Amino acid sequence: MAEPALAVSGLRKAFGALVATDGVTLDLRPGEIHALIGPNGAGKSTLIKQMTGELKQDAGEIRLRGAEITFLSPEARSRRGLARSFQVSSLASEFTALQNVVLAVAGARGEAFGFLRPALKDRALVEPARAALARVGLDGRAGIRAADLSHGERRSLEVACALALQPVAFLLDEPMAGMGHEGSLRLTGLLDGLRAEAPILLVEHDMDAVFALADRISVLVYGKVIATGSADEIRRDPEVRAAYLGDEE
Amino acid sequence: MSREGWINLAVLALLAGVPLAAHAAGEPFLVTLATKVAILGLAGVGLNLALGLGGLVSFGHAAFFGLGGYATGVLASHALNYEPLMTEPFALEGTTQMLIIWPVAIVLSGLAALAIGALSLRTSGIFFIMITLAFAQMIYYFAISWPAYGGEDGLSIYVRSEFPGLDTLSPLPFFGLVFALLLLALGLSHILSRSRFGLALQAARQNEARVRAVGIGPYRVRLVAFVISGMITGLAGALFADLNRFVSPAMLDWHTSGQLIVLVILGGVGRLFGPVAGAGLYILLEHNLGHFTEFWQLPFGLLLLAVVLFAPGGLIGVLAGRKRHG
Ligand SMILES: Nc1ncnc2c1ncn2[C@@H]1O[C@H](COP(=O)(O)OP(=O)(O)OP(=O)(O)O)[C@@H](O)[C@H]1O
Ligand SMILES: [Mg+2]
Repeated sequence: MAEPALAVSGLRKAFGALVATDGVTLDLRPGEIHALIGPNGAGKSTLIKQMTGELKQDAGEIRLRGAEITFLSPEARSRRGLARSFQVSSLASEFTALQNVVLAVAGARGEAFGFLRPALKDRALVEPARAALARVGLDGRAGIRAADLSHGERRSLEVACALALQPVAFLLDEPMAGMGHEGSLRLTGLLDGLRAEAPILLVEHDMDAVFALADRISVLVYGKVIATGSADEIRRDPEVRAAYLGDEE
Repeated sequence: MSREGWINLAVLALLAGVPLAAHAAGEPFLVTLATKVAILGLAGVGLNLALGLGGLVSFGHAAFFGLGGYATGVLASHALNYEPLMTEPFALEGTTQMLIIWPVAIVLSGLAALAIGALSLRTSGIFFIMITLAFAQMIYYFAISWPAYGGEDGLSIYVRSEFPGLDTLSPLPFFGLVFALLLLALGLSHILSRSRFGLALQAARQNEARVRAVGIGPYRVRLVAFVISGMITGLAGALFADLNRFVSPAMLDWHTSGQLIVLVILGGVGRLFGPVAGAGLYILLEHNLGHFTEFWQLPFGLLLLAVVLFAPGGLIGVLAGRKRHG
């Protein structure tokens, strides 16, 4: 089997007495969409934040393409190819959509210390940025401030920034939340093709999207992975049905 | 050209025009006043890089302004006494050449900004404000208690420093020199704000997590900005000492830091010409309100409050409207 793009083992994080992730082990293999589902408060975002370095794990190990990144800063992990979107949109809100993506292109290339050329006149930055915007359907909105975009458009802009990093792995925390039907259909189509470029760890409550997209699904409950498997396996798993999916089917 | 561009041009024309007219009318005092505006504007351009673009509320920029001032004063006093600053390990003579004093002031304040920034940028918000203040006050007390260079009384500079081919003692050429440096700093600030670096710096102000998520460490970006900011303010300090032919710990005092913040806010935080417009307004108010009442600070404080509450873009914001990015 090919080396996983991203692998975590034994990740644990406690907030006081609350154990948000409790020895989580999972991996993200080349070419796949690995969905992470679970009820509210299960620890999905906490797990993503440990992978990105935003939160420091109490125990466990994180490897990106086999190299340990457990103790790297968030920015170092991003530079090595870990791209993420936030559950709550987190953009430079005074910047236009284009500026946000140009920033991502410049950052990914390690060019934050360019002092002379105007960034927005540099085709080497602007062209890939516009391409990323076009892929998420924001090409017509490039000049709008992030703060003035609709909720769904901001979610898409986050994905565009992640695309612009040309990463090794995507970590997307509920990218479709509050997006509206049309938007989530478009994003579903985009993610479907995107897995060939880099595998995606997808946290999502939209079960239609999850079952349509996921190659594998892991179910997180109270900080523990209770099952990992194909969509069918997960649908049939009695423990999962009891804990999360509900028994109505 | 944008509306703001025209307004900036008008500010420059006014700043250059007043001393020219005053000179023609035989009013050297006005030339000196305009020079003061240009120097404070230059110091503000420096501060604005940290404060406006980076969102770093430094309450310690007096440190750089004062160090620049002491660079002029100390070098000039050694030149006058023919006493070298040191003989070991190598001899270092005093000088009255601006072309030597300026780089010394820039390097000195840049090093101070590196040390202060490296420590204080590990904090943020109110802690950052207090730590920058504390560092500047340390330097202030050091200057007071060090008798070699006048201590509390300060240091008089008997002749204004020299610049090749210019009579720096007469007001108009000195203004011209200061004005040219201000233009350079404005140009630099403009270029920086549009560069990749400027983009990262402004993004770090808006959202640190976003910047990290695209692989940029905000700390280093801010530190570089803080150092450039300190250098420009330090250069302004060197000129200020030459203008007054006097340097004292007052330049290092927290009042000076506050004054610089105030003039940037008055003119427009993060606007290229904010500090210049702010410095002009500040000096104008100081002189006019100062005529009516000794307590001019009171109405001035009210004005400042009004700006913060109702016109966060300062004078430039009122005239040019909301800031446009890109
Ligand atoms: N910084 C924090 N301090 C204390 N508790 C936290 C913190 N962050 C998360 N928690 C708690 O940890 C648990 C897991 O939260 P997390 O955000 O990871 O859940 P989630 O699975 O992403 O939920 P959702 O589906 O609602 O986004 C929750 O009980 C939450 O209240
Ligand atoms: Mg979450």
